[in-house]
Amino acid sequence: MSQAVDEIKIGGLGASRKRVEDSRFIRGKGNYTDDIVLPGMLHMEILRSPLAHARIKSIDASKAWDIPGVHLVLTGEMMASRNLAWMPTLSYDTQAVLATDKVRFQGQEVACVIADDPYIAKDACEAIVVDYEPLPVIVNPAQAVADGAPVIRDDKETQPDNVIYDWEVGDRDGTDRAFASADLVSKLELHYPRSHPSPIECCGSIADFNRATSKLTVYMTTQAPHIIRAAVAMVAELPEHMIRIISPDIGGGFGNKVPVYPGYVCSILASILLERPVKWIEDKSGNLISTGFARDVYLKGEMALRRDGKILAVRMHTDADHGAFFSDAQPSKFKIGLMHSAFAAYDVPVAHLTARGTYSNKAPGGVAYRCSFRVTEAMFFQERMVQAAAADLGMDQAEFRRMNFVPDDAFPHRTPFGFLTDSGQYAKCLEVGLKAIDYENFRAQQAEARSRGRLLGLGISTMTEPLGAGNSREYDILGIKMFDSAELKVHMTGKAIVRTGARGQGQGHETTWAQIVAHELGIPADDIVVEEGDTDTAPFGMGTYASRSTPVAGAAVAMVARKIRAKARQLAAHLLEVSEEDIEWALGRFYVRSAPDRGVTIQECAVAAYANMPDGMEPGLDATAYYDPPNLTWPFAVYIVTVEVDPDTGVWDVLNMVAVDDCGVRINPMIVEGQIMGGLTEAYAMSNMQFITFDADGNCVGSNYMDYLLPTAWETPGFELHSEVVTPCPHHPIGAKGIGECAAVGGPAAFVNAVMDAISGTGVRNVDMPLLPDRVWEAITYRRDVSGAPPVRSDD
Amino acid sequence: MYPSRFRYEAPHSAAEAIRLLAAGGDNAKVLAGGQSLVPLMKLRFAAPELVVDINNLPGLSYHRADPDGTLRIGALCRHADLERSELLARTQPTMAAAAPLIADPIVRNRGTLVGSLCHADPQGDWASVVLSLGGSVVAQGPAGRRSIPMTDFVTGPFQNLLAPDEIAVEAVIPAAQGERRGGYLKLERRVGDFATVGVAVSLETSGEVVRRAGIALTGVGGSTIAATEAAAALTGHSLTTESISAAAEAAAEAARPRTDHRGSAEYKRHMVATFVERILTRCTAEPAERAA
Ligand SMILES: Cc1cc2nc3c(=O)[nH]c(=O)nc-3n(C[C@H](O)[C@H](O)[C@H](O)COP(=O)(O)OP(=O)(O)OC[C@H]3O[C@@H](n4cnc5c(N)ncnc54)[C@H](O)[C@@H]3O)c2cc1C
Repeated sequence: MSQAVDEIKIGGLGASRKRVEDSRFIRGKGNYTDDIVLPGMLHMEILRSPLAHARIKSIDASKAWDIPGVHLVLTGEMMASRNLAWMPTLSYDTQAVLATDKVRFQGQEVACVIADDPYIAKDACEAIVVDYEPLPVIVNPAQAVADGAPVIRDDKETQPDNVIYDWEVGDRDGTDRAFASADLVSKLELHYPRSHPSPIECCGSIADFNRATSKLTVYMTTQAPHIIRAAVAMVAELPEHMIRIISPDIGGGFGNKVPVYPGYVCSILASILLERPVKWIEDKSGNLISTGFARDVYLKGEMALRRDGKILAVRMHTDADHGAFFSDAQPSKFKIGLMHSAFAAYDVPVAHLTARGTYSNKAPGGVAYRCSFRVTEAMFFQERMVQAAAADLGMDQAEFRRMNFVPDDAFPHRTPFGFLTDSGQYAKCLEVGLKAIDYENFRAQQAEARSRGRLLGLGISTMTEPLGAGNSREYDILGIKMFDSAELKVHMTGKAIVRTGARGQGQGHETTWAQIVAHELGIPADDIVVEEGDTDTAPFGMGTYASRSTPVAGAAVAMVARKIRAKARQLAAHLLEVSEEDIEWALGRFYVRSAPDRGVTIQECAVAAYANMPDGMEPGLDATAYYDPPNLTWPFAVYIVTVEVDPDTGVWDVLNMVAVDDCGVRINPMIVEGQIMGGLTEAYAMSNMQFITFDADGNCVGSNYMDYLLPTAWETPGFELHSEVVTPCPHHPIGAKGIGECAAVGGPAAFVNAVMDAISGTGVRNVDMPLLPDRVWEAITYRRDVSGAPPVRSDD
Repeated sequence: MYPSRFRYEAPHSAAEAIRLLAAGGDNAKVLAGGQSLVPLMKLRFAAPELVVDINNLPGLSYHRADPDGTLRIGALCRHADLERSELLARTQPTMAAAAPLIADPIVRNRGTLVGSLCHADPQGDWASVVLSLGGSVVAQGPAGRRSIPMTDFVTGPFQNLLAPDEIAVEAVIPAAQGERRGGYLKLERRVGDFATVGVAVSLETSGEVVRRAGIALTGVGGSTIAATEAAAALTGHSLTTESISAAAEAAAEAARPRTDHRGSAEYKRHMVATFVERILTRCTAEPAERAA
């Protein structure tokens, strides 16, 4: 009786519990937005611009109105008459809902048709005649700032050119001084190409406005339902308590489902006008060409070095292409997101970063595709720069990193850009990785192979990512501070329901939140149901992205469980007829310190909360907790890849990949490994094939899955995962740091560094991603760098 | 998928299908595996008024060799049938090499070789393979059957010589003069991708002498390209380092690639030469090694 319950048996912390959500997903019983059918529901389709930049001379929708089954045709003009042609963005710019004056990117929303079924709606879209006058097109930052460049945002009186911001952070003078005293300066310039998060489920919504109750219910694909509710209240000027946002099962998000898209707004307006439910489901091309993209940043920088290998300073400049509207979905006050988290794992005394953002005739809405905003670019530049610096010094790649890491005993560590990192064992992670890949042996093999004309390479990448998008001092969305929440209701029989302000999209929240409660209360995880995504029932929270769920909402789950435990302790004292001070806790059970045999289980306390509470105690056993994290969390990882490059074709194959992730305490090791494998797959994709580009006319190359390449199981290499290094987060209630994004953030540089290492004999410094065979072949054949977004090039 | 409105017929005989096609004229389309037509209809790049599904026509799923070695592939023979075919593995090295490189397993389960030839996509793999083997297509219309050599069948990108009321009922590969050697190499960015560059090489040899050679190129021109000079460089000789590089060079010369997001024209040309060389070098190996 004095025994605590076995934590692993009840599915607590550290249990590789099977994902409870999978039983419905793998049976095809998920409930996605497109699965929902409401009585009297109509269907909406969007007419998109075929041109990247053009003045709209006229729109004639009369033929569309004539088609039987068409209920409404929305154009920019109609939106403007309701003050809805433009909407505010999450980055304090404006974005067209439906174009009025000009179209500014290919795929921009021009009109909407609402009809009895999607076939009719599509037919009617084709019947709308739009007269466009083409304008010169801008597809990159260099063109955006060139003399005489057309001004894309001529709708804004205060916008004389295409520059969105010039921003800086760090110590300019100190950095200059450090460079002046350097023995060696190493330089690097590269482009992180535009990509798209591309969840398999595209975006969509069903707006259902009920005139009788004045209530608007919107089912939609959103990672952040409460933020959407606030935004709808602002944009549509509806009272917030009359808006209910329901985010049902989501088929992947990866950041793509954070922003507010014109389709959502139009479906809501259409439902209000027609007083019928209106469903909008985006098709794949619509998703790829118009919704939140990622990256598209030109980075250049230099590193000041002492002869012995010590890093003295770093200087960086970034040119970010934001597309037609500055609608980055990011919660920081920093214009270029968390780009300045670069070099946080290295002991860099001083640094300075300048950043410029420009408009272009490309889709808007930069999102943090599987990362904290811009951290992927930051880590990629960091690890490519580190490799270049080590090579310039003639130093071993591993040794250069080892000597410059922030040492284990130097935490908390203030980075040169002002972040505070709290814990880590960087050198140890590197040692585990090097041993796993058999570093010394591989170097010998590589030298031997090279003498026979075979090109082997090894690439190392490390990453530390600031996770959580929280602490209310520095992070907000539309002024709302970045905390999160959890509500826990323990029923009379000891079963429970947890709700949080996060919204999982495949991360496994339904499994892991229950495990945290099991860890805190000893209630078996199977007795706990998890619910998220309905603003009428979930506590207010900021949603799921930036790996923030475990660091913030997960912390709230632990905190709310502790509140419950505190009340249960009072109940236990009452039941055991001793004072609270005499009570001890063993997982799942309170007992009398002096008589451990006398105890009550948490379930018995639950009954008492409803059936036998002490006089004066409020009945029931539920609580809500809001958690404002004291700091970001900083997981760390080392990724090492070996490759062989075919010099005749430029094709490269991965030989081995090793991943060492220190994400603090692992709630569910199996889910953590799944997240790492998924992230490494995306990292491989970035380095090898996955990018969206544009031709000189602004036509999107990558508007479907024949051109936007997601790797399949066939080409994705195998990964060897290591979990032996665990540094708990000192300020998180259960010591977790977040893991959803690390591998996607840190992985790409490992692949690129490996290919660069393989072809190092050519003297080539950089080939920009993706490392398509033709680019690698060109580098080897002509011994030159291959740069820029492929392909704004063509024969004509 | 929301295509334009169309009428759908699934007749049970070739005669009925031909009658429907004749009535439908230019606005009718045959549906075989649907792996090219359906995606085009989904994107509304194709909007036929009538779709004539030939999947109910009896007796077209075969691929078989006549006693003299002539290979016949019926209009409903799927890529997957060819991929798993023992007959091809034994007798048709170029086809056996190409089959598993087409699309992905799901597409291969439905798509047909004959449909691929009809579709005449410059990036389609089978057209090069059949061209390199000197094959032909048998068309059936109101007036009966006719045979069209592959060299004439494709008239341009996505265009073929069939009349609107004709169905392609089979593809024919003539019997070899001697032993078949050859292969197909394809550069793709990912499984399921169309070829950035594809090269089909088909040889018929007696002893070490090449009796007949066919080389055809995928993805490096407005249509599939027959590299006839490259083939001529091999015919009547045995394979030597010199003849191999002469053929590789001539094939690269015959390519008409364009620079695009898949690579530069120069790179694609280089890959044509590299692939021709690799396949031919492999052809010089002993049969057991070649099979490996
Ligand atoms: C994701 C994907 C990847 C692909 N990758 C490749 C690849 O790597 N390499 C490759 O070669 N192909 C590829 N394909 C195309 C695939 O091979 C198709 O199967 C083939 O091109 C067409 O064959 P089908 O039977 O599906 O023809 P359908 O789609 O049914 O028809 C195609 C066209 O041919 C006509 N047609 C078909 N059969 C006949 C007939 N018997 N008589 C007259 N006209 C006819 C149709 O009217 C239509 O115009 C890919 C397709 C997809 C969807």
